[in-house]
Amino acid sequence: MTAESAPAWHTAPEEEGTWDLRLYVAGRSPKSLQAIVNLQRLCEEYLPGRYTIELVDLLEEPQLAEGHQIVAIPTLVRKLPEPMRKIIGDLSNTERTLVGLDLKRRSDII
Amino acid sequence: MHSQQTNGRSLPKSRTGIRGLDEITGGGLPEGRTTLVCGGPGCGKTLLAAEFLVRGAQEFDEPGVFMTFEETTAELAANVASLGFDLEQLTREGRIHVDHVLVERHQIEEAGEFDLEGLFVRLGHGIRKVGAKRVAVDTVETLFGGLPNPGILRAELKRLFHWLKDQGVTAVITGEQGDGTLLTRHGLEEYVSDCVIILDHRAEGQMSTRRLRIVKYRGSSHGTNEYPFIIGERGFTVMPITSARLDHEATDERISSGMADLDEMLEGKGYYRASSILISGTAGTGKTTSCGHFVDAACRRGERALYFAFEESPAQIARNLRSVGIDLKPHVDSGLLRFHASRPTLHGLETHLAMILHDVQEFEPAAVVLDPITSLLTTGANNEVRSMVTRLIDSLKSHGITGLFTSLNSAGDADLEQTDADVSSLIDTWLLLRDVELNGERNRVLYVLKSRGMAHSNQLREFLLTPQGVQLAPAYLGPSGVLTGSSRVQQEAVVRAEQAERRQELEQVRRRLEQKRAETGAQIVALQAQLEGVEAEFKAVLDAEAAREARLLAAEAVLARSRRQTTEPEQPVPAGSGS
Repeated sequence: MTAESAPAWHTAPEEEGTWDLRLYVAGRSPKSLQAIVNLQRLCEEYLPGRYTIELVDLLEEPQLAEGHQIVAIPTLVRKLPEPMRKIIGDLSNTERTLVGLDLKRRSDII
Repeated sequence: MHSQQTNGRSLPKSRTGIRGLDEITGGGLPEGRTTLVCGGPGCGKTLLAAEFLVRGAQEFDEPGVFMTFEETTAELAANVASLGFDLEQLTREGRIHVDHVLVERHQIEEAGEFDLEGLFVRLGHGIRKVGAKRVAVDTVETLFGGLPNPGILRAELKRLFHWLKDQGVTAVITGEQGDGTLLTRHGLEEYVSDCVIILDHRAEGQMSTRRLRIVKYRGSSHGTNEYPFIIGERGFTVMPITSARLDHEATDERISSGMADLDEMLEGKGYYRASSILISGTAGTGKTTSCGHFVDAACRRGERALYFAFEESPAQIARNLRSVGIDLKPHVDSGLLRFHASRPTLHGLETHLAMILHDVQEFEPAAVVLDPITSLLTTGANNEVRSMVTRLIDSLKSHGITGLFTSLNSAGDADLEQTDADVSSLIDTWLLLRDVELNGERNRVLYVLKSRGMAHSNQLREFLLTPQGVQLAPAYLGPSGVLTGSSRVQQEAVVRAEQAERRQELEQVRRRLEQKRAETGAQIVALQAQLEGVEAEFKAVLDAEAAREARLLAAEAVLARSRRQTTEPEQPVPAGSGS
């Protein structure tokens, strides 16, 4: 009915919802850059139009590391859909990244 | 600390402020380096790390960052509050930054190469925020349970320790005790090479004891023993508190033993202040009463006294002492006297000793009583324990505290003086209380076995417990040894009888003298009278003679006159001159 729900109706089935993602990196380290590239590629491929990515550079905002309990770099946090998930690493392992994003069942890759 | 200062190449050290730890490390932990503290669960690693940080912030103006993996910030604050530290206050003041790192395995999916840069960012942020000089990380090995890929973790931890060194902070890292050859479960000691401390908490003979050992301290000498420690109301205390050097100052000040008769035996002045006194004897010879007198005297001087009772409750001691006229209640009420009663078996023995020192440091008394010290010695029954008692006595001395210890000897001991040989060398004044059995009685005698630095009495005195306290009566030597009790009373009666007899004799002589003096006086008077009589007689004779002379002259004159009247030519006589 509302203006916000209208695009969701068009772009995705209701049961799938939107992926609210946040990627923590530390400057322009190779792993960080690799993670950014990998994430964008995967989202375009599996979640076209149904995702948002917020990029947090901890070298610029170090206080966020503590607040969001970040230890490993890079860390991808799936805020939505719930429950919250953390995927660590440069996301070069596509299978595991998809499991972490809930786009693939764990049993499928074992 | 002393030996390090003379060594030019020595490492700079960062004082922990933890009682005893700075002494055995010779000044603290290596400054700007990382120290690994490891041990099993409940051994006190977290509290050691926390106290290191808090004392740094409070006492040495060195702010710190505490990175905790196991406890939340609130839990940590509650735990250190039990040591009397207000972590929240320090956090508000910006002197401590606490960062709780939470890693939940079930939330995490590994998908490629990663590092622990997030941890570095967090530590770096905390360090900059408070200007930290100290860092504690507790317990970083938790990461192995929370994150996959141990290989990466290992490499990253190695990098972390290098990074900490680069930051110039003095760090304490804790690690879980490993099994087998590894000190820690994941071999952290491989990366931390400057200083490794092991904490241990074990039970032996039903007594649990905490111990600390420095396994490694690069570039510095350190004590290699296992040192007992306690976690008390004011944090850690590691034994020994003082070094075992003999450098305490000797004072000439004397203090009363509380027993006038005993003071008299000690040059009339009593004990030396800050000396250690041992009263040994069999059961029921009056050791506790002597202690009572001692603390009573101390409190009367306005000094604080601490009484450690290991075999009686304070109430029991107070009651028993009241029966001999010593009332300690006013001193307890005024706060000058404090009792500490517990059995040594309640805690581990070393823990017990550490607690004694802890209490002594807190109360700062002028006099300390350990009654009896033997219950400490016998519980441990090994050389290590004896050396602990040695340290305790030594520590009291170096703090200027007069220590009175009692030693309970078993009744059958043939050689009482041998029993306490273990501690005797530390004792300055040693009093021996002994039972003497004679004529169906058992009586107590006291003598001064030794008393350094004074010409003490060599007498054996009978130790009497009277309602007015202890009195020391002179003991008599009889044909069968020392006389005490009724034998002494008898002997005293004999002496009194002899004295009376002698007094009577004297009185008689005196009376004879008086009499003689009177007689002589009378005689003198008589002789005087006699003399006066003779003198009078003599004078009469003299007078008579003079009169006779006079008469003779007169007669001669008459005769001459009459002769001239008959023989005129011989002597012309002027006309009219005769009659």
